[in-house]
Amino acid sequence: MSQKVSIRIDGELISATQGQTILEVARASGKYIPALCYMEGITPVGACRLCIVEVAGVNRLLPSCTTPVQDGMSVTTNSKKLQLYRRMILELLFAERNHVCAVCVSNGHCELQALAQKLGVTNVRFAYSYPKWNADVSHERFVLDHNRCVLCTRCVRACDELEGAHVWDVGMRGVNSRIICELNAAWGESTECTSCGKCVHVCPTGALAEKGRAVEEMVKRDDRITRLAMRKGGR
Amino acid sequence: MAKVKLATVWLDGCSGCHMSLLDMDESLAAIAKKVDIVYGPLVDAQEFPEGVDVTLVEGAVSSVEDMKLIQLIRQRSKMIVALGDCAVTSNVPSMRNSIPVKKLLNRIYCEAVTAQPGIPSDGVPSLLRHAVPVHEVVKVDLHVPGCPPKADAIAFVLTELLEGRKPDLASKVKFG
Repeated sequence: MSQKVSIRIDGELISATQGQTILEVARASGKYIPALCYMEGITPVGACRLCIVEVAGVNRLLPSCTTPVQDGMSVTTNSKKLQLYRRMILELLFAERNHVCAVCVSNGHCELQALAQKLGVTNVRFAYSYPKWNADVSHERFVLDHNRCVLCTRCVRACDELEGAHVWDVGMRGVNSRIICELNAAWGESTECTSCGKCVHVCPTGALAEKGRAVEEMVKRDDRITRLAMRKGGR
Repeated sequence: MAKVKLATVWLDGCSGCHMSLLDMDESLAAIAKKVDIVYGPLVDAQEFPEGVDVTLVEGAVSSVEDMKLIQLIRQRSKMIVALGDCAVTSNVPSMRNSIPVKKLLNRIYCEAVTAQPGIPSDGVPSLLRHAVPVHEVVKVDLHVPGCPPKADAIAFVLTELLEGRKPDLASKVKFG
């Protein structure tokens, strides 16, 4: 039988089940913690670091999506320090690639854009890097634009865990890291891809999109992927 | 009470932010009573005047001329507002940034045309290596993102500034 634990989130006493993460417990009790790489239904990896929280007695910030609750834990989800770091993380994401919201298929439906608005990011204080990235348009129905990718790896996990195809991976190192298809092949030549489109719909930005969509037209249905994952017994 | 000296400027942008400014409907009438527009595409002034209270900057800093103008504007304005995504993030003008200027101009003016190929040099300022947001060149006092920023957001900013407050734009505006 699963063991019950008690934790405090922002001072409020909440009961949880051993094995749940801080983020799961917080969301279940209606508390908001921003997150980008986290998606209900696929394994959390703590890649984006936006869901960091303060835990009493721990002298570093912990990603709430991968930190399991412990009895007596006291968590702070919002503070000046957390706001500062979350803002910096978002700004660095914008500075790292060429996110031109105005001409993006996901303009108005993008999680990165929505988080920036929600967390009050009105400008990026870091110098933009203007890297040269291309787009893989070789697939018949979908397109992968590296300019808009935040390396959340939701596509990698959804393809592996839900579709079972494991077409995607992260290749290269450092700032050159990017999503690769199989062993760095063109998407259109993939022998494993089933063209199911799950990767497209879990992508929080316009990096993965359906072909033929104009600006603002690409609405993602990650909620459907989550429902599907729940039916398959995902976490 | 003396009117507030307001300037607007159109750098590397599409003029959409100025259109949004003009789209403020009745707010425009209330604001117009309190300001003098002393420079910009909406008025005739040839030179950027001294002692400007607020300058709304549309567009990225993209050419040598933009660079000179924005530095003059900083010297002569008490406050600079980056208006719209091009001024705030360099937006669409930045899409050329990963291509070297020479290669870019050559492609557009030589390779892609049949009639009179050649890179124009007379009367056009030379391009900077990158089109950059205004705050990478001079200090910006307020950022108003949006492509364009909604007329309501511009009206809110101007109304707050005229009341002597610094507008709090958190969650009122977005990129794109």
